[in-house]
Amino acid sequence: MSVLVGRETRLVVQGITGREGEFHARAMQAYGTRIVAGMTPGKGGQSALDGTVPVFDTVADAVRETGADTSCIFVPAAGAPDAVMEAADAGIATIFCITEGIPALDMIPAVELVRSRGARLIGPNCPGATSPGRAKVGIIPGSIHREGRVGVVSRSGTLTYEAVQAMTDAGLGQSTCVGIGGDPIIGTTFLDVLQLFAADPDTEAIVLIGEIGGAAEETAAAWAAEHLAHLPKVAFIAGRTAPEGKRMGHAGAIISGGAGTAASKVAALEAAGFAVAGSPTELPGLLRAAGYRG
Amino acid sequence: MTVGPLRYHRLPSPPAPPVPPARGARIRVKIQEADAKTLLVAQGLPVPAWQTARTVDEARAAAARFLADGPPGGKVVIKAQVLVGGRGKAGGVKLAGSEAEAAEVAGAILGMDIKGMTVRRVLIGPAADIVKEYYLSAVLDRAERRILLMGSAEGGVEIEQVAADHPEAIIRRHADPLLGLLDYQARDLAFALGLGAQLKDAVRIAKGLVTTMRAYDADLVEINPLAIVRESGVDGAPMERLVCLDAKITLDDSALPRHPGLEELRDPDEEAPADREAREAGLTFIKLDGTIGCMVNGAGLAMTTMDLVKRAGGEPANFLDIGGGARADKVAHAMHLILADPKVDAILVNIFGGITRGDEVARGLIEARAQQTRDVPMVVRIVGTNAAEAATLLEEARFETATSLDDAAAKAVAASRGAAA
Repeated sequence: MSVLVGRETRLVVQGITGREGEFHARAMQAYGTRIVAGMTPGKGGQSALDGTVPVFDTVADAVRETGADTSCIFVPAAGAPDAVMEAADAGIATIFCITEGIPALDMIPAVELVRSRGARLIGPNCPGATSPGRAKVGIIPGSIHREGRVGVVSRSGTLTYEAVQAMTDAGLGQSTCVGIGGDPIIGTTFLDVLQLFAADPDTEAIVLIGEIGGAAEETAAAWAAEHLAHLPKVAFIAGRTAPEGKRMGHAGAIISGGAGTAASKVAALEAAGFAVAGSPTELPGLLRAAGYRG
Repeated sequence: MTVGPLRYHRLPSPPAPPVPPARGARIRVKIQEADAKTLLVAQGLPVPAWQTARTVDEARAAAARFLADGPPGGKVVIKAQVLVGGRGKAGGVKLAGSEAEAAEVAGAILGMDIKGMTVRRVLIGPAADIVKEYYLSAVLDRAERRILLMGSAEGGVEIEQVAADHPEAIIRRHADPLLGLLDYQARDLAFALGLGAQLKDAVRIAKGLVTTMRAYDADLVEINPLAIVRESGVDGAPMERLVCLDAKITLDDSALPRHPGLEELRDPDEEAPADREAREAGLTFIKLDGTIGCMVNGAGLAMTTMDLVKRAGGEPANFLDIGGGARADKVAHAMHLILADPKVDAILVNIFGGITRGDEVARGLIEARAQQTRDVPMVVRIVGTNAAEAATLLEEARFETATSLDDAAAKAVAASRGAAA
């Protein structure tokens, strides 16, 4: 098994006829993801990906005609919150929003609407999720993965690739790798993903990749101490050298008023039984040292 | 367009048209008190009169007007307009009781250096007769994904200090995610703050903070202090009024494209010239104090690269995220920015290609090196998409390369030491 995406995923790609949407939809399809529909307003009736995917005007049409249950959004920032809400309202259960640069306040009502419809949003400003050998939704390069039983959750994009590549190189495969996004307002947190991993019988170890800013790592660590005591857990926190008060690229990556520091996160994770690496390349070794035999 | 120092190499300045921010480039935009107050007034919030001045003469004229309109024996306050905390302690906030004194004080404050910021503008207003001070702010609550109103009856002090000393003294209320701050929520907040006697004004101000936040896509609207002040009413009898005495607003720069007027409020002094050049080129660049220049794709990986440089015994000179899908010209521009810092004596390039193609980055590096006059050792690590093509290009151009992240950091630190020796 896996979490969030798998063989059973029926994906609709919102913005499939755009440059990025088409490029990544092709890569997802090549990886084996079942893309059942595309959606671009005004292009309903056309097809995408060399005639293999029907395009609809609305997500509701795509759901009705194809049974899509998961959405991946490649819509420019101005229209992305609306795309999220459209997907939730159409009955999509799992919505991935890849779009970066969405004004934070626009996401507050979108997240609320998603919650009220019983759906789940991952992102925005996230690379998506991959369940190796089963499906990938988003933009994580498929080549870095290996099938296995380590659950990976991260706030970052390329840093996740770095960590996953290190695991794969060391022969440690992954059950699912999830990038939750670097924005201040996101739909799914570290804690949410840890809860999914806890309920997944095929996830037998945890890698958490955090960064400075906010307190989501600390919150997740506190929960893991109680509920994931039985699993080997490792972590890496980026931004140990980041100066206070400067926003380090990600909108959410800022230390303010002494809160959100790497030191606070490292301490919370270590107290919760995570082995915290000084470099992403040390993660596989630490996982083995923690007793993981996968 | 002003381009940073060019004395170290002769890379021509890039074409002028501004480029939209890079994917991932987000820099918080702070605006000065006077500009924040203008936004509050536009949203109908009560702010005592003020004027700004850039010269002593302007300050004198403004002070004359406020002194003439005010009560006998009244004073004016003159406040430095700089984006740093602790202006008062640094001598940037002073009272004056006459035109001449106001001119003297303004003359002392204008041009003053406060924590590295030069004062170019002062705010002048009638000195308030404060009865009691409060704190009120609206911020983004990441964990709850809502707007959070924070208030305290201890105004005029730093909220972080109140939070540390008396966390129970901070009143917290969330705005509704769909409807904003409702009347009853604002009343509840006002009563909790002990502002029952000023209920109408308190409700108007609390709701106004949320309205202001949404109107301008602010991620912080802070009134400190919010104050009950004694004023003379139309009949000359004293009356009390709740007003916003100081204001701090930071804007979400992802939303600036839809607020074209706000870009002008960005304080030019807040941004180092190199930071501005980077923003205009679509790069996220933050200058630091070290000697090893870093060029990375992705914010998390850029922070990690800095951390590993430090761990290997070096000091990073900057944070630089070239963003996803960067092309050769962007890479060349990034190199220009790094080399403009004279302290840089080694460069570490770390690219994990996903959307970004490794060969594009390699071409950009080769182009940049051909144009630079300052010889700085460079260690390049390119993995992921088109890494093999990149490796061939880099080998032909005789670049020093590294395969692992730790190895790359160690080589860059060694190169920096070699250069310093």
